[in-house]
Amino acid sequence: MAALLDVSDLHAWYGESHILHGVNMHVQQGETICILGRNGMGKTTTLRTIMGILRKRKGRIGFDGRDLMRMSLHATARAGLGFVPEERGIFATLSVEENLLLPPKVADGGMSLDEIYDLFPNLRERRSSAGTKLSGGEQQMLAMARILRTGARCLLLDEPTEGLAPVIIQRIGEVLAELKKRGMTVVLVEQNFRFASKVADRFYLMDHGQMVAEFPVGELAANMAMLNEQLGV
Amino acid sequence: MIFGVPLQALLGQLMLGLINGSFYALLSLGLAVIFGLLRVINFAHGAQFMLGAFTALLLAKHLGIGYWFALVLVPLLVGLFGVIIERTMLSRLYKLDHLYGLLFTFGLALTIEGTFRYFFGSSGLPYSAPAALQSPPVNLGFMVLPRYRAWVIVASLIVCLATWVLIEKTKLGAYLRAATENPTLVQAFGVNVPLLLTLTYGFGVALAALAGVLAAPVYQVSPLMGSNLIIVVFAVVVVGGMGSIMGAIVTGYALGLAEGLTKVFYPEASNIVIFVIMAIVLILRPAGLFGKEA
Repeated sequence: MAALLDVSDLHAWYGESHILHGVNMHVQQGETICILGRNGMGKTTTLRTIMGILRKRKGRIGFDGRDLMRMSLHATARAGLGFVPEERGIFATLSVEENLLLPPKVADGGMSLDEIYDLFPNLRERRSSAGTKLSGGEQQMLAMARILRTGARCLLLDEPTEGLAPVIIQRIGEVLAELKKRGMTVVLVEQNFRFASKVADRFYLMDHGQMVAEFPVGELAANMAMLNEQLGV
Repeated sequence: MIFGVPLQALLGQLMLGLINGSFYALLSLGLAVIFGLLRVINFAHGAQFMLGAFTALLLAKHLGIGYWFALVLVPLLVGLFGVIIERTMLSRLYKLDHLYGLLFTFGLALTIEGTFRYFFGSSGLPYSAPAALQSPPVNLGFMVLPRYRAWVIVASLIVCLATWVLIEKTKLGAYLRAATENPTLVQAFGVNVPLLLTLTYGFGVALAALAGVLAAPVYQVSPLMGSNLIIVVFAVVVVGGMGSIMGAIVTGYALGLAEGLTKVFYPEASNIVIFVIMAIVLILRPAGLFGKEA
């Protein structure tokens, strides 16, 4: 079966500095994969390059049989990729509901506003507050919720649990499980190893701008020694 | 009599101040919209205002197109001119330091104004108000108000209010506000931000042109009419706070009134009062009255 997201020999640069050195990654429809790695190894850069935010790039990115390398940033979103940045990107001058309704629909099959509010009851209560008046956890919920409306088929999720309380991290885990049930494909970058081991089907380990290991969640135990050494957990 | 000034004179100057304020508000609104999203200080704004007045004049002279039709057609034509300028030239400068955008629009202003001076000289040309808005003046009881001037105040209030609603209350406005904060992320959601930038510049330029048509019967139409006004308008934008929509509108009218009042009580200072206010605001609130402290 052809992969939904097919990245091969991807290179990327920030100005003169060469960050990605030939990334290979293949994600099947409906899979949740997690990219592990220490800080500064290129995890966030990988997501930003796939999305097309970082334009200085070389290699191949196929999505649903289409070539993303030729597409503008907005066309990439329209092709069905949804991006949730690490800093969450909630707009201060927009209300919660305006934030939620901001991303245009890119395909049918997204959640309705009511379904989203059922999944995130806090957001319903605070729909008319300014976006940045929310707590960190609520902002993360809003950042994810806003992509679910659009009908995007593949979610690029950058460190969703960073800086959040355990009870909220658990909630985010539940949301990811719900998305999986609906057939959503997720590429997750995560430092929180415990969280990642509960939600991901497969792992990539990243080191110095390359994928150096890949294994399914079932082989996690067998790889623990190697991961401990690589991640220093 | 108020402080030794006849009431008639006071109201008359306040009314003049309100009319000037209407133009300040319309022009600084366009500047604020453009600056907010494009981060470009549009120095060509005065020239585009002049272009609006001249286009109305030329349409009337050569094609017999009247005021009311010009009021719609001219902003579209001059706005289209702005769209072409943005697409072919200005958009190439976004990746560079903001100074380049300022220099480019400054050069554009000089070019446009120079061209018009070459063909039309620098003396003012008359453009008459439509018959429906000429005499008799409206008698408000406490003062008489020429109809056209009343119309300018009403029209500018409507346009300012409509623009505010468009930006603060609509979906398109939400895109605009969001893209002002973080254009990359808005584009990553699938919004064609480059197109949004083009349309925003076109809209700002169209506002300047609309102000130009409104101004044509009040001021003389001349190639330099914009550059006389634009310096004051920049002061208005600074006082209101760069990029603040409501700030631009309120400050525009308020400074027009302040100027009018100064003409009554201390005429010698009327030309500089706005700049004095600007200096005071910059000392006390560097981000402007309605701006957010960075």
